[in-house]
Amino acid sequence: MTPFDFDFLCKLLKERSGLVLTHEKEYLVENRLMPVVRRVGCATIAELIQRLKAPAADALKVEVTEAMMINESFFFRDKNPFDQFRDTILPELIEKRSKRRRIRLWSAAASSGQEPYSLAMMVASFSRLADWQIDIVATDISNEVLEKARAGIYSQFEVQRGLPIQMLMQHFEQVGEQWRISDKVRKMVQFRQHNLLTDLSVLGMFDVVFCRNVLIYFDQATKVDALERIRRQLAPDGYLILGAAETVVGLSDVFAPVPDKRGLYRPKPKPLAVAAVKPGAAGARVA
Amino acid sequence: MKRCLIIDDSSVIRKVARRILEGFGFAIVEASDGRQALDACRKDMPEAILLDWNMPVMDGYEFLRALRSMPGGDKPKVVFCTTENDLAHIARAMHAGADEYIMKPFDKEIVQAKFQEVGLL
Ligand SMILES: C[S@@+](CC[C@H](N)C(=O)[O-])C[C@H]1O[C@@H](n2cnc3c(N)ncnc32)[C@H](O)[C@@H]1O
Repeated sequence: MTPFDFDFLCKLLKERSGLVLTHEKEYLVENRLMPVVRRVGCATIAELIQRLKAPAADALKVEVTEAMMINESFFFRDKNPFDQFRDTILPELIEKRSKRRRIRLWSAAASSGQEPYSLAMMVASFSRLADWQIDIVATDISNEVLEKARAGIYSQFEVQRGLPIQMLMQHFEQVGEQWRISDKVRKMVQFRQHNLLTDLSVLGMFDVVFCRNVLIYFDQATKVDALERIRRQLAPDGYLILGAAETVVGLSDVFAPVPDKRGLYRPKPKPLAVAAVKPGAAGARVA
Repeated sequence: MKRCLIIDDSSVIRKVARRILEGFGFAIVEASDGRQALDACRKDMPEAILLDWNMPVMDGYEFLRALRSMPGGDKPKVVFCTTENDLAHIARAMHAGADEYIMKPFDKEIVQAKFQEVGLL
């Protein structure tokens, strides 16, 4: 791949997904693009890039962007945030939302579904929530992973990294060598294709946002912008949960870490000047 | 140092498991069937047990039932590790007192996840 080709790809990816590539990743880019090259009948990556530059290459651009994504995910990834969701966040929300009896959760980079399904399994274990309306909205930029998520079928390997055996027994059925999540849990999650770089207000307001292991691939400015826009979709007493290697500290002042709860953040109270803006104005802005 | 008893009739599996668990800081004892394993437990009850199902002399299921009814046998965390990869076997094992269940083939990440799950790591 020539440096020009690589730069072209970097720009495309950054524009489309926010993903930032560095030069050490060149081999990875080639690995991931070769299947696309073959699938669309090109001979080389150079030829693929020529096609990407042609007008009306939008479908191809989507395909290339998706091929470059890192989609790795696990059930109950890192355990701790999910324990906190079960032990702190949900009990608190059950108190605070007892009138409305509705809670909205968002998995903002849901990949193949392990994260929102982990949340759904936890919600299902709260008998007190049986007659509440719990919306679990799961979004990702990539249609390919969302298709897998919607099917809810996982390999033996995938169901053994983080999923307690009791949960496997309770919520999965065996289909040959694979495991399918029960209809009950599957129906608790709504999957939608959505790009974090675009208007988030269409998704509505949430009480809890899991935005894990995606901001880490963005550059500073994109992270800050995404955090600010996520903030606008989060209830003032809601929670943001980031990945184990991510933080808002030193990056954005719209969230503050929750003391002693690693990975948990709360929105900072809005300054008075903003609170004075006409109702309905906030949250409607398109980035 | 926590002790882990690895029970498997395959020396290859025992070796692989030993390497992984030593990496997590366990002192390892090995047994190649349930009878040997019970003897080992009578002498010195480990904190953790990695248990195969199909073995000659006494299989993993029988071992588990015998273990859970002996004095102090309720203490160790028992993680099954077997090619019996179906829900019926899993349910039987859990009912007999297993704490977690690994379906072979396994790797370091799976062992780590399962041992974390039962509080051994
Ligand atoms: C490493 S996975 C994280 C999955 C899950 N949140 C977890 O922590 O296990 C990252 C996901 O972010 C998605 N992604 C990347 N850029 C995105 C964007 N701009 N908008 C929405 N999703 C994006 C990718 O498609 C991928 O599925």
